[in-house]
Parts: sequence; structure tokens; C-alpha cells
Amino acid sequence: MRRILSVLLENEPGALSRVVGLFSQRGYNIETLNVAPTEDESLSRLTVTTRGDELKIEQITKHLNKLIDVVKVVDLSEGAHVERDLLLVKVRAVGVHRDEVKRTTDIFRGQIIDVGPSSYVIQLTGPTDKLDSFLSALGETEVLEVVRSGVAGMARGEKILAP
Amino acid sequence: MLSGGEMIVRALEDEGVEYVFGYPGGAALHIYDALFQAENLPHILVRHEQAATHAADGYARATGKTGVVLVTSGPGATNAITGIATAYMDSIPMVVLAGQVQSHLIGEDAFQETDMVGISRPIVKHSFMVQRTEDIPSIIKKAFYIASTGRPGPVVVDIPKDLTHPEHKFEYYYPESVSLRSYQPSHKGHTGQIRKAARLLLGAKRPVIYAGGGVIQGGGTELLTSLSRKLNYPVTNTLMGLGAYPGSDRQFLGMLGMHGFYEANMAMHHSDVILAVGARFDDRVTNTVGKFCPGAKIIHIDVDPASIAKIIPVDIPIVGPVDAVLTELDAQIDAQVAASERALPDTDALADWWKQIESWREAHGLWHGRRYGESDLVMPQDAIKCLYEVTNGEAYVTSDVGQHQMFAAQYYKYDQPRRWINSGGLGTMGFGLPAAMGVKLAFPDADVACVTGEGSIQMNIQELSTCTQYGLPVKIINLRNNYLGMVKQWQDMQYEGRYSESHYAASLPNFVKLAESYGHVGIEVKDKSDLEGAMKEAFSLKDRMVFLDIFVEPHEHVYPMHVAPSGAMKDMWLSKTERT
Repeated sequence: MRRILSVLLENEPGALSRVVGLFSQRGYNIETLNVAPTEDESLSRLTVTTRGDELKIEQITKHLNKLIDVVKVVDLSEGAHVERDLLLVKVRAVGVHRDEVKRTTDIFRGQIIDVGPSSYVIQLTGPTDKLDSFLSALGETEVLEVVRSGVAGMARGEKILAP
Repeated sequence: MLSGGEMIVRALEDEGVEYVFGYPGGAALHIYDALFQAENLPHILVRHEQAATHAADGYARATGKTGVVLVTSGPGATNAITGIATAYMDSIPMVVLAGQVQSHLIGEDAFQETDMVGISRPIVKHSFMVQRTEDIPSIIKKAFYIASTGRPGPVVVDIPKDLTHPEHKFEYYYPESVSLRSYQPSHKGHTGQIRKAARLLLGAKRPVIYAGGGVIQGGGTELLTSLSRKLNYPVTNTLMGLGAYPGSDRQFLGMLGMHGFYEANMAMHHSDVILAVGARFDDRVTNTVGKFCPGAKIIHIDVDPASIAKIIPVDIPIVGPVDAVLTELDAQIDAQVAASERALPDTDALADWWKQIESWREAHGLWHGRRYGESDLVMPQDAIKCLYEVTNGEAYVTSDVGQHQMFAAQYYKYDQPRRWINSGGLGTMGFGLPAAMGVKLAFPDADVACVTGEGSIQMNIQELSTCTQYGLPVKIINLRNNYLGMVKQWQDMQYEGRYSESHYAASLPNFVKLAESYGHVGIEVKDKSDLEGAMKEAFSLKDRMVFLDIFVEPHEHVYPMHVAPSGAMKDMWLSKTERT
């Protein structure tokens, strides 16, 4: 089962490597990882998606909590939440593909943010499955390069993750 | 105003550190110069940094205080790694101060540079890289606090040389306390869970108390002992937990696990309720996880939530320090017994259970009749029994890793905690002698024995020199069988006796002469009739380090031994030919 863990981390040198190291050391899998400072500059917020059964996720959460630099961990997938992934994709845009790609991008409410003589860079945000659908909807259009931010998320409503 | 080097020394003094174990080198020289001028901080110069960590570790295990290590950068730091990993696996409080190359050289592959924080990351509880001299006191305070609280463990502090420069002086202030928003070890257990645990425990018909090293570390020995006696429940200890319950007591079943006692493993397998305290269900205990104690409901008390349900699902998890939880559990048990209309626990069921345990004991118990072979040479088990008798069961026994370690765990009865000192989790050969040095420094008047083999002792034999320098009269009990005994045992049992690289041919040194060359006493025992006399002589030489080189039967195996793979706890080899 796919899980989204949200982690508040001390903004200290080496803190991220402890989190990443924990996953590889204990044989856990990281599907996506997103990390950046928060409004409180002493803290970073990290979102990691991983897979595992109840027991495995419980162990991951416990081990994350044991890291001294980890201030708080929540499993966002346990409750109502919003999640977004950002996709940038560079495609070959020549001939009929130029119009077709534009149409598909509009349908998915994406934006073309760079136009070259034979290429587009398209930006799309949304949950992971929407981005996956977009990539498959590109059909025969040649994909030159893909970069994704990894999932970022937070709980819906009043619930907040704070130290 | 103090320099960084002086701050380190002052902070260690303010922390009440008794000994620093270490080895100087370029990046640590400013610190060593400050140490030279310190009045209250004895330093023990080892012969290899691995020994510094094991000596600090032995000191920590025997005293309960935090062991302190000081090494230089690069090879000094990497040599310390095995000892840090050893302490990490057994949850031993330790602070390792490592010199680092100057800040501006970091990342440039400078002379004796290694990324100590990176290389030690998976085997430390936490680590710090000092970035400003002014931070040194508070970082050291945090290091000791983190190392010694919650589930203890090693903490590394990496200190670039420029930050310890004698000419750069700053205000020194050692904080009295420390609080970290991201680290708040639990201080009591969940009352509702403890109430449920008391009910389950009192309703048991075939209970076992399974106690590990956490009971010793968590100061729960007396509480556990009085609780077990009040209930009249049988107790088994893990390798790390030996001494958590008196080893010579009637209710003690001996060690459990791979080389555990028959009665302990049988009782675990057939139990209906297991109270696990400060133990972690490791693979050397459980045998095949899917077959582990099929009829048992499990209560698990541990200060580390990640240890609970890591391997075996439990029915009643209780996260909290062992002493606080056991105190509350004891009170709950009293309250429930007082409030109950029928007698608790069920004395009839318990009498039947004890009858069953006694019959296991009589059939195959190690302390109930001789269960091992005869030889013209000394049997290794007899050597340990002799050590037990000559020291009245009161010695501190450190051990290395292998057959001798298992014999020392089986045949020496530890009535008190912190007397049995061995590398349980990592299984580090070379641990015994330096650990014994740390223990002897902490308890100069006590008998300290290092039970070892000719394989392990040679992994840190250079420390014979340290023993000479500081006058550390530990007794080395070398069970010499000319093989890497445990490797040979596995090769006998699983590789049809193909002794791949487990024999020394005729290359062993004359240990008696070797010991003598360092100024120690060497005694050789080749005839079993000489064993007792030699052992007595060794311990009568109070002020001398003695190397007792005992030639033991080389083909003996350690039994019982779990049948693996795919056996349950009850499946054991009892000798080379019998199994359950």
C-alpha cells in the first residue's frame, strides 16, 4: 500500500542524510522524496512516499521518530489530505504533434512554459495518478525529458503539523 | 576565556568523567595539549583506537555511566568504528570525540581526512559536527544527555582542528540541563496498558518472564526480581540480560535462545503468557519467527517503541522506562490480587507448570548432571566452572566471541547485574581484553576475568602493553583449542567437517612467553589436574596481570543448539547425536 509520510525535520546539516540513510539501512523503499525549508527557518518539511503493509509503515514511522533531528512524523494517508506533484516534461513538438500536445495539455489544465522551434516544456501539477495519466495520454509524442518534484501534501481542514 | 581544546577538557570534567580512553594524532593535538594541563581528567592511552572504544564500553557496562573516547581524524576515527557499532548494537552509553581536519580543508581529501559523521551515521544514536567553538560546551552536554537517556547509545562529536586552536578563546559556560524539542524520551508507561498486562499476567497458567539487557540498563533488576518472586514465575534471561535475575536462584531457567538452556527454551515454547522486559526478540532468541511460542500471549515492555512488534507481534505493548513500568505493574498486581475473589495467580496451575519445568531440568538441564564429554584435556565447560568456583561467582567476567563466550554464559552463574560483559549484538571478537581494562579501572579491587580464545585474544592482544603501563591486573582465561571453535562447530555440523580457514596450523605464539615479555605472568595448563591450582594461583596474584593459557578439548561443541533453519524454540541439538 502506498503511504505519504510528512516529516518535520530540524534544519541542520546532515539531517536529510539521516532520513535517507535510515530508509536504505533498513531496506525500506523511497518512491518520492520532497524537502524544503518551512516558514520557520529552523525547520524543514519533508514528504516521502513509500510502500508497505501496516507493520512496515509502523516500523518506518517509529524509526523516523527515533532520529534526533526528526521533530514530528505523520502518515498523511491515514486521513483526509491533499497531495500535489509537479511535473515538467519536455516533448518533441513538430508537425501535427504541435497542436495535439497543446490540446492534451489544455485538457489536463497544464501550461506550456517554454516554446522552442521543435520542443515544448509543459508544466502540470496534481496528484501522482493525474500526472501518470497525462504522460500516457501524450501517446506517440516523443518525450525528451521528465522531471517531477515528488509528492508534497498536507492534511485537509484544521489539522496542522507543527512542532 | 577558554580555547576550544580547553572547553572540551573542562566540559568533560564538568560532566564528571572519570576516564578518557584514547589515542592522539594530528587533528586532536590541540585537545591533547589541553588535556596535558588538566588536573582531574585521567587519560588511558590504548594501543589501537578499537580498544579505546571497547575499554570505554566495558567501563560503561560495569558502571552504568557513559564511556568516553577521544581519537584523531581519519584512521583514528575509522579504527573506532567497530567499537562504536558494538556499543550501538548493545545500547551502551558512549561519547566519542573525534578530531577532524581544519574546517577549510573539509571535502578536499586532506591528509587524514574522513567523513566521520557520514561513516558512523548508521551506527550512532546521534552525531554532531561542531561548527563554532562557542557551541562546544552545549554540544558536549547534549551528547552526554542523548547517549545516556532513553535507549542509550553512542554519540559522535566531530571537531575540526581549527575550532580547538589555543589562541582563539571564548567565554565558557557549561549548561546545567538540556532540552531538545525533537528528543523527549518517555518517562512512564501507559496506565491502561499496564492494568491490562497485570490482568493477563495474573491469569497465566504457564507464564515465563523473558528479561533482556534493557532490565539491567534501565535499573529494573531489583524490581524484576521481587516481582518474579512474588508471583513465583520462572525467569529466563537473554545473553545480554544475564545478571538481571540472580543466576543461582531456583526460579531462574538459565539463558534462552540458540545456545540457551533446554528448560528455558522448552518453557518459552510451551508458555501461555510471556512477559518480555527490555528484550528485543532477536534472531538468536526466536529461531524461526513463524514458529515462535505458538500458544503465548505476549506483553512487551521497552523504552524503545521501535523494538516493540519489530519481529514478533505482541498483545500488550508498553512503551516506557523499565523501572517506572515495573513499579506501576507491581502496584497494579497488588491491587488486582487484593480486589479478586479467587486466589491469584492460579497456584494449582503454577504448581503443575513448575513440575513440568523441573522434569525438563532433570532430563537435560546443564546444571543438573554432567551434559558434556570427557577428555584427557580440560573440558572448556570445566574451565568456566572452575573460574566460577575460584572467584565465588563474584568476578566481573568479560568475554570475546565464540564458543568460550557461550560456555561463559552457560556455566558462570551471574547473581548480580553488570558482572557479565560481552558483545551480544555485534559479536565483536577482540572485545574482551580492552573491555576488561575498562572494568578494572572502574573497580580496581574486584576480580576481573577475560574469558577468551586464541582467535579473539589475538584481535586486540596489543593491549597487554596498555595493561603494563597502567598496572591493570586482569586475568585472561584463554580457552585454547587451536581452532576458531565456533566456526569449526558450524563446519562440523553443516559443512561435513571441511575446516575452511578455521585452523592455525602451528603458528600460535607461546602465550606464556608473550605475556612475560610485557611484564605479566603466564601460566600454561595442559593437564586437567593442574586446572584448579593454576586458577587459584592466577587470582591469588592480586597485583599481576595473569595470562592463563588453558589447552582445552578441541572437538567439543556448544550445546544445546537450536536446530536451524526452520526449527522452533523447542527444537534443539542436545549433543552431537541427540536432538529433541
